[in-house]
Amino acid sequence: MREAAAEVRQGRGRHAWRLLTVAVSALVVALTALSAPVAAASGPGKTTDPYIAADLKAPGSALTGAGSTFDQPLFTKAFFEYNQQNSGVTVNYASIGSGGGIAQFQANTVNFGASDVPMTPADIAKATGGQVLQVPVALGGEAISYNLPGVKTGLKMTPSVLAGIFLGTIKTWNDPALKKLNPGVKLPSNAITTAHRADGSGTTYIFTDYLSTVSPAWASGPGTGKSVNWPNGVGGQGNEGVAGIVKNTPYSVGYVELAYALQNSFTYAAIQNSAGQFLLPSLKTVAADAAQRPNITAVSFSIVNQAGASSYPISGYSWALVYQLQKNTTEGTAVVKVLDWLTHAPGQAVAKTLAYVPLPANIQALARSTLLQVVASDGKTVLLTTK
Amino acid sequence: MPDGLYRGGLGAIAALFCVLITALVVTVAFQAASALNHFGLGFLVGTTWDPVHAHYGALPFIIGTLETTGIAMVLAVPIGLGTSMFLVHGIHGRIRAVLSTAVELLAAVPSVVYGLWALLVLAPWVRTIIEPALASITGGTGLFGGPQLGIGLLLAGLVLVVMVLPTMVAISRDVIAAVPDEQVEGAFALGATRWQVLWRVVLPSARTGLLGAVTLSMGRALGETIAVTMVIGNSTAIAHSLFSPSATLSSQIANQFTEATEPFHLSSLMALALILLVIAVIVNIAARLLVGSFGRDRSAASVAVL
Repeated sequence: MREAAAEVRQGRGRHAWRLLTVAVSALVVALTALSAPVAAASGPGKTTDPYIAADLKAPGSALTGAGSTFDQPLFTKAFFEYNQQNSGVTVNYASIGSGGGIAQFQANTVNFGASDVPMTPADIAKATGGQVLQVPVALGGEAISYNLPGVKTGLKMTPSVLAGIFLGTIKTWNDPALKKLNPGVKLPSNAITTAHRADGSGTTYIFTDYLSTVSPAWASGPGTGKSVNWPNGVGGQGNEGVAGIVKNTPYSVGYVELAYALQNSFTYAAIQNSAGQFLLPSLKTVAADAAQRPNITAVSFSIVNQAGASSYPISGYSWALVYQLQKNTTEGTAVVKVLDWLTHAPGQAVAKTLAYVPLPANIQALARSTLLQVVASDGKTVLLTTK
Repeated sequence: MPDGLYRGGLGAIAALFCVLITALVVTVAFQAASALNHFGLGFLVGTTWDPVHAHYGALPFIIGTLETTGIAMVLAVPIGLGTSMFLVHGIHGRIRAVLSTAVELLAAVPSVVYGLWALLVLAPWVRTIIEPALASITGGTGLFGGPQLGIGLLLAGLVLVVMVLPTMVAISRDVIAAVPDEQVEGAFALGATRWQVLWRVVLPSARTGLLGAVTLSMGRALGETIAVTMVIGNSTAIAHSLFSPSATLSSQIANQFTEATEPFHLSSLMALALILLVIAVIVNIAARLLVGSFGRDRSAASVAVL
């Protein structure tokens, strides 16, 4: 700048003037940009939520979480987005299955756990870090994905057909029950290979909860659980494992979180809901199902097979687990703020891009009121509207 | 260093190993005790694995382990012996060095890489080429019946063969090379064919060492976890066919131990671990007894391995 000014003074020409003009304009532009409100950088649309700005000012920490593979696509993208805006906080999430997440959380080896089924009283009794808080963080549907050459998405299945397939009473694709439901579809005579989770899985819990609800034979047989005694089929590790089996094995069928089905371009089934409609899982149908039971809690949380013409029956919430007393104030503050960011507008905008249903407003309120109970060792609440 | 201190120090280290092994067995047994008490010996022959109703049984996994190890040994022993015989007496010079190194490098590949390769590369081959071929040769029933998925017992056995081969070949090669040259050359001089030399001169001399090689390979195959877990299909039903998905003791433990929070679940997994330990110990003792019965062998081969 000084040289340019000197050259101008010495009259050494237009080149120097141009340099000066460019430099001054750049300075003006920079000043304008810097004075733009910070809120505009925090996500699509201006938010009037007073907590969000404070959420982005979480103290620098390296947080760890473990659990559900159902949540993994969401967490990966959301925590990355958060880190873009607050580079001091990194979240390392280990997608090991809901059962693993609960076990790690009980042992207090991670800052938060994640599970598609909340902890039972027995689980909570084994937790070593004190009182447990369970925060709903995601809402998703499970796609019944199949690998049938030549058959497109939308194969119709009733609850009893789906239960029959996984029980082993329906053994081939061209079974009369399937053919009756799908008259125009050319179904092969090959045997059905079912794919399920080999590890302890909340996704399995939601699916078996649904099967137990719609099939007495299933309820009295394998039952509901994170890990059940599957009558047949092949097991894979994580949603990724089941997706891999379905992708690589012709004539197979398995249950995966909707995001995995979409990411792998799977074909998936249209399941008949309790109103008799055959529906594909989508943002709209899963949201409709969740809306039928707006007041869930960590004790009463099942939303499978709800009434309503546009409800997709195999849907469920996913929960983050945190201890109420956070002994490490820095990490405790960070984890609570990140979870609040995740469960409200900014995080839910990310969820929507991955085919998770944005949490309904009252569930977001439930998440926040739960997070507000988290305190540090000095007894003070860590989730604040100011830094 | 004074002699007493030296001996004492070494003695302490040796004793430490004994203590560690004992502690390992005792801990596993202790943790397994509650499940074994609850289910009794029926645990060993129980066929259900039901965490929801807290009903556990080990038989499918014991059978799965024995089956995968069996498939692996049936294929690895002839291939390993043949390869090592070829490496010692079939080729010479630089080619021998290159091939030996290549086989030994197989041992350097991590187990999880084998599992991944098997899942992505070998599984489609097995599903589209090997299983249909076997089914059409044998009629497609019984041991070769059922849906052809690629993953399952057969694939797990094949992966184990590849993993066990370096051990087999490396030890067998040393053992066969230790057979005195005079005996081999003498046999050739008397007009024996290569096959006769192998079968009548080399193998009898190297018998004990080769048994040691087979035992070590079997021990590796019994305990192999990650590669098997990735390709065996994880089904808790007893496999009736080579093409069925199955599970082994180690794959079941690996799959479920991170979240075994239900009653008796973790204890049952520890019981599976105890069974695996016992099988491994039995295999080792049996091998030692067998070696003992041939133990009058003075050949260098038997000394080389043990």
